[in-house]
Amino acid sequence: MRFYEFEAKELLRRRGVPLPESRLARTPEEAAEAQRALDGPVVLKSQVLSGGRMKAGGVRFADTAEEARAAAEAILAIEINGQQPMGVLVEQKGDIAQEYFAAVTWDGRAKRPVIIFSDMGGIDIEEVAETHPDHVSRTHLSTLRPLSDYQAKLAVARTGVTGGDLNRLSRIVLQLARVFREYDLTLAEINPIGKLADGSILALDSHMDMEAEARGTHRALLAELGIPDEDTRQARPPTPFEVAGAQVDAQDTRGVAGNVTEFSGNLGLVIGAGGGSLTLFDAVRAAGGNPADYCEVGGNPSVRKTAALTQLIVSKPGVEKIAVMMNVVSNTRVDIMARGVIKGVIDAGFDPAEKIAIFRIPGSWEEEGFAILRRYGVEYVDRTVSMHEAAGRAVAKLASADGS
Amino acid sequence: MSILVDSGSTFVIQGITGREAVTMARELLDYGSKLIGGVTPGRKGREVHGVPVEDTVRAFTERERVDGSIVVVPPAFAADAVHEAIEAGVKLIVVVTERIPRRQVAEFVEHAEQEGARIIGPNCLGIISPGKSRMGGIGGSADATRRAFQPGSVGVMSRSGGMTVEIANALSQAGLGISTACSIGGDAIIGSTYAELMPLFDADPETRGIAIYSEPGGRAEAALAEYMEAASSRLPVVAFMAGRFMDAMPGMRFGHAGTIVEGKEDTTAEKIERMGRAGIAVADRIEEIPALLRERMGAS
Repeated sequence: MRFYEFEAKELLRRRGVPLPESRLARTPEEAAEAQRALDGPVVLKSQVLSGGRMKAGGVRFADTAEEARAAAEAILAIEINGQQPMGVLVEQKGDIAQEYFAAVTWDGRAKRPVIIFSDMGGIDIEEVAETHPDHVSRTHLSTLRPLSDYQAKLAVARTGVTGGDLNRLSRIVLQLARVFREYDLTLAEINPIGKLADGSILALDSHMDMEAEARGTHRALLAELGIPDEDTRQARPPTPFEVAGAQVDAQDTRGVAGNVTEFSGNLGLVIGAGGGSLTLFDAVRAAGGNPADYCEVGGNPSVRKTAALTQLIVSKPGVEKIAVMMNVVSNTRVDIMARGVIKGVIDAGFDPAEKIAIFRIPGSWEEEGFAILRRYGVEYVDRTVSMHEAAGRAVAKLASADGS
Repeated sequence: MSILVDSGSTFVIQGITGREAVTMARELLDYGSKLIGGVTPGRKGREVHGVPVEDTVRAFTERERVDGSIVVVPPAFAADAVHEAIEAGVKLIVVVTERIPRRQVAEFVEHAEQEGARIIGPNCLGIISPGKSRMGGIGGSADATRRAFQPGSVGVMSRSGGMTVEIANALSQAGLGISTACSIGGDAIIGSTYAELMPLFDADPETRGIAIYSEPGGRAEAALAEYMEAASSRLPVVAFMAGRFMDAMPGMRFGHAGTIVEGKEDTTAEKIERMGRAGIAVADRIEEIPALLRERMGAS
């Protein structure tokens, strides 16, 4: 779950990390007001959950209130990577002598957090790591031993920084690591950290992501920041169809029937589970099909929940047929799945034999499940037909229905 | 032979009185696994399908040999259960629970490293050495499990529990069968990665080839490729890569928690290329895996 820059900076502020003075403005008038309060040159930055703001025109400068108003108006009109800005951060602008990079993130290979630090900040860190590897340090942290000053100092000193800058920078890096740990972040980044002409060091921009699983643990913090539960912070905001899918999944705790993502095709997918869904979505596309959705069903969901998800998908405008497919299942009962999808199609006012292009869920209770499908005239296949073959048949059926 | 579990392995289930765990206990006993008991704090003295329930893991380790534990407790208590098993001296811990925060996973993985214990998972279906034993819900009922997992010569490792069964089923149908299949878990941080399990398969005379299921996100495939190059493994490896559609959708989350494209190295295209350089064949469809393995395993 990504934080806006102003939220990330609030987390840093709580830890005493030095920051330029700033105000959040939601309108051009508020931006003008903010410039007057800050009384000097300012930078105005689009508050969006996306990188690439500078390139897109989402970062502008102003010396007067009138310039700030115009800049904010321009920024608020620019959508960046599909994200509408929620406001503009108006911030004091100083003269920067040098920029640094600091981040704490998980290293999945080492299975530890890692501090990444560079004395070449402000630009793409992956590029710096390639062109100037001696200017990027990686310092792994233990999850069991306490965080300690020396680790932050090691991270900074490894890039050759010494003197007063070493101490000032490592204080910031240590607090960044504390924020990372305290709030279950998956990324805590300050880029750049700016050293101003007067020698002071400030965090100029920050990007932070919280692990979705940890949101429950940090309810109080999220409430203080004004972030409601339904604000998912995905790469794009959820569509009404996706919100409805989440509601289906939340109706009871047995199994999963949700994790819906909307696509624009004509073949509705009732598929599962995690890996199976990825495989089947690829298989449908490889066969030339156009999925209307991605979803995940698994863990033996109730008939009611499977029916509700099926009804949602089969009723989606543009959906001509649905394909019900999973990998060979372990703990999901095939008969319960068969009952759920048939009920969902009937509840939506359709004929299961006509709407269900194929049913491919092999596993426990499959004989009982197949008997139910036979009764409703639904085409099904067993484990001797592969996932890709089943997906291909569903796509072919849709094509021949379109042709006739 | 096989790896991790064989017919003599004894183990307990932590959280055995939960609905899912009660079913799992039945399936394990039906399959012939040596499930010797279970742990649920406050339920000492009860039985689940004839095996005793204790309040603590130590109650078992103090009186008998316990080779492993399966952790099937809710996310809020899962990390505690794993630490308890490690401290009690259990050396193989299969963590089934999903949605454990990453920091807690990293903590118990680091603890396990210190104590010489191995973690499988979290967010996995478990391990099976067909015809011998299984730890976890992998395969479902004993009958369904026998159908999908026939004994044989291929080791399976998969980031998806369901796809472990799907691939095993394809290998069984093709007559190759399975030495040991391991659902390694779908999270960003897991106890045992492909590269960490490869030396075990390399040392197992029964295993003659490896099939893996992989997906976007993380560096596990790169680590496997490095192992194949550095250790000159004797085993041919065939991979299946799911989630190819995600390459064009950076930042979106599908499937498992570990599955997100954040950088170029996370994409399936990059992973396929990297594995190819290390001599790992990548199948486009599951049903191609047996033939690709046969070609590479030779006739011996």
